[in-house]
Amino acid sequence: MTESAGSRTTSLSAVALVWERAGMLVVFAVLFAACSLFVEDFFSWVNVKGLALAVSQIGMVGCTMLFCLASGDFDLSVGSVVACSGVVAAVVTNAAGSVLLGMSAGVLVGGAVGLFNGVVIARFRINALIATLATMQVVRGLGFIISGGRAVGVTNSGFFVLGTSSFLGIPTPVWVALVCFAVFGFLLQRTTFGRNTLAVGGNKEAARLSGIPVARLKTIIFSMQGLMAGFAGVVLASRMTSGQPKPPEMFELQVISACVLGGVALTGGVGTIGCVVAGVLIMGVVENAQNLLNVPTFYQNVVRGLILLAAVMLDQFKNRAR
Amino acid sequence: MTVPEFSSPAPAVEFRSVSKTFPGVRALGDVSFGVRSGEVRALIGENGAGKSTLLKVLSGVHPPDAGSVVLDGRDRVFGSTWEALDAGVAVIYQELQLVPEMSVAENLYLGHLPSRLGVVDRRGLHEAARRDLERLGEEIDPAVKVGRLPIAQRQMVEIAKALTRGARVLALDEPTSSLSSREVERLFATVTELKRNGCAVLYVTHRMDELFRVCDSATVLRDGRHVETFPSLEGVSHDLLVNRMVGRNIEDVFDYRPSAREEIAMEVVGVAGPGLSKPASFTVAKGEVVGLFGLIGAGRSELLRLVFGAEPMQDGVVKVGDRQVRISSPNDSIRSGVAFCPEDRKKDGIVPTASVLENLNLVARGRTARLGFVVDDSWEKRNAQDQIERLGIRTPSVAQKIVNLSGGNQQKTILARWLSEDVTALLLDEPTRGVDVGAKSEIYAIIRDLADRGVGVVLASSDLPEAIGVADRLLVMREGAVVASIPRGEADEEEVLRLALPASPDSGVEMA
Repeated sequence: MTESAGSRTTSLSAVALVWERAGMLVVFAVLFAACSLFVEDFFSWVNVKGLALAVSQIGMVGCTMLFCLASGDFDLSVGSVVACSGVVAAVVTNAAGSVLLGMSAGVLVGGAVGLFNGVVIARFRINALIATLATMQVVRGLGFIISGGRAVGVTNSGFFVLGTSSFLGIPTPVWVALVCFAVFGFLLQRTTFGRNTLAVGGNKEAARLSGIPVARLKTIIFSMQGLMAGFAGVVLASRMTSGQPKPPEMFELQVISACVLGGVALTGGVGTIGCVVAGVLIMGVVENAQNLLNVPTFYQNVVRGLILLAAVMLDQFKNRAR
Repeated sequence: MTVPEFSSPAPAVEFRSVSKTFPGVRALGDVSFGVRSGEVRALIGENGAGKSTLLKVLSGVHPPDAGSVVLDGRDRVFGSTWEALDAGVAVIYQELQLVPEMSVAENLYLGHLPSRLGVVDRRGLHEAARRDLERLGEEIDPAVKVGRLPIAQRQMVEIAKALTRGARVLALDEPTSSLSSREVERLFATVTELKRNGCAVLYVTHRMDELFRVCDSATVLRDGRHVETFPSLEGVSHDLLVNRMVGRNIEDVFDYRPSAREEIAMEVVGVAGPGLSKPASFTVAKGEVVGLFGLIGAGRSELLRLVFGAEPMQDGVVKVGDRQVRISSPNDSIRSGVAFCPEDRKKDGIVPTASVLENLNLVARGRTARLGFVVDDSWEKRNAQDQIERLGIRTPSVAQKIVNLSGGNQQKTILARWLSEDVTALLLDEPTRGVDVGAKSEIYAIIRDLADRGVGVVLASSDLPEAIGVADRLLVMREGAVVASIPRGEADEEEVLRLALPASPDSGVEMA
């Protein structure tokens, strides 16, 4: 190949690559600037901190949902896991008198659900939508059963540290989400595990015939997803100072929306951590601005839906243009 | 309007100076030729010669930049496939345009279902559909869902659909590419029927044997230009057509060189599993190319997939080199030095969402990663560039999406997956399917080059000249069993075909 032709195409594809990688981050930046200018009280440290805190759990679970989506599956059970793990963490902390034990129990419950999902989906080849729809309901029920249907308060103040402390002025849950972004970004972009995940999502059979252990990979992805949802549940319980058996409203759909909003393909094979970061931030800004503007909840739902639709259509146009 | 005379019929369809340019590519330049009613015209050329574009101009998918399509003496430029259909022009593509969840009858009359006051007249519909199919000599239940039919019958439904719309000009784009030999015969009969009914047929094919069987005349395209039209195939040789297609003589497409073969690369004993009627055994020596010929349905793919571990083997022993290996997954085979290129490139080969680089490094990645899990990007980039150069893969960059490459280049990319590996035996399932003549000879050269380095190659093919031309030895399969092993030089086409045909009695050279 000639030198000049090579460099020309690289510069051209570099532009395309920037748009592909950072397009939605640009949208976020514009949105953020616009809100700062036009929405009163938006651009303040306190508000931005609150915004970040509000989406930190969605961000955490978004990291592992990215892997699910990239491999061509998705997971609807995360919302129930978040609630159930929070309840288990609270109950075990109260019973054993140990915060560490309680929180570990919460995370492990999530991991167990994830492993179960993974085995059912990868080994028994049950459709992920159906399998996780089932576990979503089972785990939701378990959360209520374990808690007796009421919020489980925790008396041990050590339980609240994770959710309510700050480091360098930034709330700990936000730090946790940032670390997750870094770790899972590295995992997806730079490791064989991540790249194989994308290959499986792109063409499962081609990946299998190239020696990628598809079933094992999927089991790991769902287990990871469960552990992460469990961890997010523990953080949330710590923030709320109690285990809430009622899952955060439409949590799983919010996580998937955030990913898709940022440009992760529902069909698998396409996605970066940048997509998740952008999607989560855009969602956070929109929610936050609407709250500041006192937009009634019902209208907020409408806006949320429309934004998701707009993002997906934009993605379609991008694909067609390519 | 002038009425065409019977003695010297005007063309039913004529291309007049058709030109079409896509950004950066001149797909068609000043193409002119015509096809008469009742004529079957072969349209041949390498991939990228402009056949597909011409069909798309004909069917209104791409309006031409200049020139026109003349139908029965009238200038027509179609803006859409619907307009073309209304004018009696239909193109049957390789990927059929049917709705799999709907019934045969519904598909036939899609868009103009017979109805009373908006309610579909189901009985009338089925009656009409049955008549349409019978006209083609097909007995297909009009109520059955199209998705449940074999490809060959779906194709018939599509042809019948075109006829219900009153098509008088029919273009078939490589219609036999996924048919078995019996189905091919059926199709040929249908084409003859179309011809008798006065249709003008444009028949796109890569296969010369078909061309000589069904076509009356041939038009050759190369690089978007009309090279030559042979109004009759009398006295026209295979070599002449190939020469016109590629613009040069390819005397030794197969690039055959004998090689020294002593050590065993792979030995397969008594492999049994779904798709095989009898346990299969064969050996490949290092440096040997073994052709595996059989008609579609003979079990070629099934055998290779079992041996590779893509499907669970019920019984049998596989030895690679002198070691016996346990194979329960593709991963096991790869580790023991066996490589496999699947038959269906789109379904099983490429990762369509990924770049050339990703596709090319899919196998090597696990081995070359640092600490076993951190992808070595610089190694992968270097490997991709090396292989692209070595195999002559035409791509603007390693970051190009693989789906933007031509079929031949995609196939080479998939082959390249294995070239950085320490492969003892390479199993290839129809590696040149849907690939043009030029890329074919390049792939043969790659195979021969690998054999020279001591790799044992098994090449499954339903293309008999290919199987005979490439191989040092030919295995013949019939109805799920390996029935013969014929050394090079002793394999003549007629004899091999006789062995491969299910009807023929069991005779000939038996497997040792």
